[in-house]
Amino acid sequence: MSQAITKRPSNRGDAIFAGLARLSGLLVLVLMGGIIVVLFLGGLPAFKQFGAGFLISDDWDPVQNSFGALVPVFGTIVTAVLALIMAVPLAFGIAFYLTELAPLWFRRPVGTAIELLAAVPSIIYGMWGFFVIVPIMAEYVQPFVIDSVGELPWIGAFFQGPPFGTGILTAAMVLAVMIIPFIAATMRDVFDTVPLVFKESAYGLGCTTWEVMRSIVIPYTRVSVVGGIILGLGRALGETMAVTFVIGNTNRIATTIFGPGNTIASLVALEFPESETGSLKLSSLLALGFLLFVISFIVLAISRMLLKPGAKA
Amino acid sequence: MSTTMNEATMADNTYGGVQVRSSQAIGAPRIAISELDFFYGEHKALKQIDLALPDKQVTGMIGPSGCGKSTLLRVLNRMYDLYPGQRATGKVMMDGENIIDPGIDLNSLRARIGMVFQKPTPFPMSIYDNIAFGVKLHEKLSKAAMEERVEWSLTRAALWGEVKDRLKTPAMGMSGGQQQRLCIARTIAVRPEVILLDEPTSALDPISTLKIEELIDELKADFTIAIVTHNMQQAARCADQVAFFYLGEMVEVGPAEQIFTAPKEKRTQEYVTGRFG
Amino acid sequence: MSATMTASGGVPGAAKNISASEALGRRRHRLNTIVRTLCVIATGLGLLFLASILFTLIYRGIGGLSLVVLTTSTLPPGSHGGLLNAIVGSVIQTFLGTLIGTPIGLMVGTYLSEYAQHSKLGDAIRFVSDVLLSAPSILIGLFIFALLVAPFGGFTGIAGCAALAVIVIPIVVRTTEDMLGLIPVALREAAVALGAPKWKAIVQVCYPAARQGIVTGILLAVARVAGETAPLLFTSLGNLNWSLSLGKPMASLPVTIYQYAGSAFEDWVQLAWVGALLITFGVLAINIAARFVLRGGK
Repeated sequence: MSQAITKRPSNRGDAIFAGLARLSGLLVLVLMGGIIVVLFLGGLPAFKQFGAGFLISDDWDPVQNSFGALVPVFGTIVTAVLALIMAVPLAFGIAFYLTELAPLWFRRPVGTAIELLAAVPSIIYGMWGFFVIVPIMAEYVQPFVIDSVGELPWIGAFFQGPPFGTGILTAAMVLAVMIIPFIAATMRDVFDTVPLVFKESAYGLGCTTWEVMRSIVIPYTRVSVVGGIILGLGRALGETMAVTFVIGNTNRIATTIFGPGNTIASLVALEFPESETGSLKLSSLLALGFLLFVISFIVLAISRMLLKPGAKA
Repeated sequence: MSTTMNEATMADNTYGGVQVRSSQAIGAPRIAISELDFFYGEHKALKQIDLALPDKQVTGMIGPSGCGKSTLLRVLNRMYDLYPGQRATGKVMMDGENIIDPGIDLNSLRARIGMVFQKPTPFPMSIYDNIAFGVKLHEKLSKAAMEERVEWSLTRAALWGEVKDRLKTPAMGMSGGQQQRLCIARTIAVRPEVILLDEPTSALDPISTLKIEELIDELKADFTIAIVTHNMQQAARCADQVAFFYLGEMVEVGPAEQIFTAPKEKRTQEYVTGRFG
Repeated sequence: MSATMTASGGVPGAAKNISASEALGRRRHRLNTIVRTLCVIATGLGLLFLASILFTLIYRGIGGLSLVVLTTSTLPPGSHGGLLNAIVGSVIQTFLGTLIGTPIGLMVGTYLSEYAQHSKLGDAIRFVSDVLLSAPSILIGLFIFALLVAPFGGFTGIAGCAALAVIVIPIVVRTTEDMLGLIPVALREAAVALGAPKWKAIVQVCYPAARQGIVTGILLAVARVAGETAPLLFTSLGNLNWSLSLGKPMASLPVTIYQYAGSAFEDWVQLAWVGALLITFGVLAINIAARFVLRGGK
């Protein structure tokens, strides 16, 4: 057992394994690069044809071969932002309840239930939205709101329109339900990172639970909380199936929140089957995909930068 | 400041005449460290270490936390190679080769210099597979030969009797003391020449500690052993030679008896008498 | 602390403020109660949404659930068709997508955790993978369409698998890296100290130690892609006939649901609900199984 320490490089296996790992890593970069390049090249004929006008035109006319991105981009951003406005307070309430208020034995089942909400396939949200939320909106919510808030001066104009049940607001509501679990889970996880001593010392001063949340937990986790909210925004921007079912699918800038509209994702999903390979319409859809990618990338990049410190796991 | 290897050997000779009851003379070096520096990035963690590990004897390394004794162990089996930014310069000679030479094959080096860690590190597999894992890395054995090797190493680690009926059960199910003896068995199953023990009993209860100490005493018949310990009694009980480290320097080395009863350096005396640490 | 107390205790007229501070205390207490109540309501709403979705699925789907649905392929309206081809197509595409995506994701996660913790390249890959994790799945469908469908002149099952694989990769990357990161350094060092090359230490010691977490990640990926609709619309398209060929368009449960739910035929809509019931409870069951696996070892 006393052979000399061989200088034989026994690291060929290591080199191969490390090489494979690195190659796989590079593949991820190639995928991302591929998505950008492929969507851009696919959209290039549309960008060339319409120039900057593609971004500001509200046309979507397959007969005249005239296409613009304004309506779907507007619909994408408006529905996502409205969804965020509705989802954040609810998600915060759930996260607060799960970290500070709920009895310990109750936290895991409730937390799991909320997480399962995130696992429901998006097409199911679409069907649920269409068959459950749309009738409720059409029969109760919209007539009531149109008759009350809709009568108010100034803001009333945003709350009018035909009570079909579908539209921008309905889409935003379904999106809100979809992103609540993501935001709530992120908030819960970051709230849990606050060291107990901080909270205990605040309680020791006589703070109520809400005061501890407001003056200790939220300031301590502020950056990550915003990161989680923006992550939810990123999710809402690209959601396809749920929105397609309930937004009304009209290429028109909605002037009221009950009005129909479309989003990039819903327009692509609906129009794609009717587009021929090599047509200007297909190119316009790919160009829209490229725009959606750019918007999502920016939003997700911001979210990740905010979530980076301390919010891993 | 630091005592050189030669002085250490001389010290033994010099004191050999005086301390007649010195249990054992310090033998020929198995590993000879000279002028060793070690860096964590910019930080110099070991400064000009000169130390010989005598063959088939136990060298105890003592000193306050962060003094560099664990770092020295991790130099001996090149564990620092796992981490970018850590590097060593100097000489660590074993069989005419410099261990810290970049050309050394690390895997076979580590087969010859085994290591047991502070906390037990059973792998997520059965007791049997834990032992066989290391052996398989270096030798192709028949099933019968492997079984024999497993039994041998578990017997040497004083664990065979306790586990022979459940060799196929997960190692995670053992007690902490058993897990640590399993780690020792796993190390000696590879049949290394040198065993490095990094505070092997600090996570164990007193009875398990005692068992490990007895084990060390038996193992030195076959292996050269270096043990880092915070426990001075442990060093006194186990070690033939003791080296005292302080702030990245080796202050003094000598036979255990001398270090504990008649240290030459004032800092050593202060440490072993418990005045700082 | 004690200094403050003696100071306030010594302030003349402190007693006079007791009623004011009591009023303030009541107000603070009331606000606290209101916020707590709102939080309970928010959580109740969240649970209500889940309950409403599950109830709707059962209420509308259970009536149409029969052996015929599971043993017959899709047929024209009015001819008592089933969902067999869609179910089989979904299983094939989900299985192959996971089979392709998992090893890649595993290797990327390994690279990030074991080889590139502090490198610029590692940071870039981690960032891109995290963005892909949340990127709109419809774009991945468009990407694969432009890459594998348009150039070859047809929608194929294999294109569907490829799209799902792209979705699987970042999910597996995330859990693999996280789970490998939880393994104590001492365990790796112990393997290396025995003379194991790094790759053996990773494959034979780290993977088994992180097994539960990695399996959880794979299950979550399966659950996620099994319900994906948008990426399949442009890749495997859907197929109303029985087909196991990966070179032809292939049916899938979500796409069939999408086509049937919007149709004017009552029996198709009914089948859409049955499909929705199956896919949702399947996906939720896998999710719960994934949690069970993760907890099993702790």
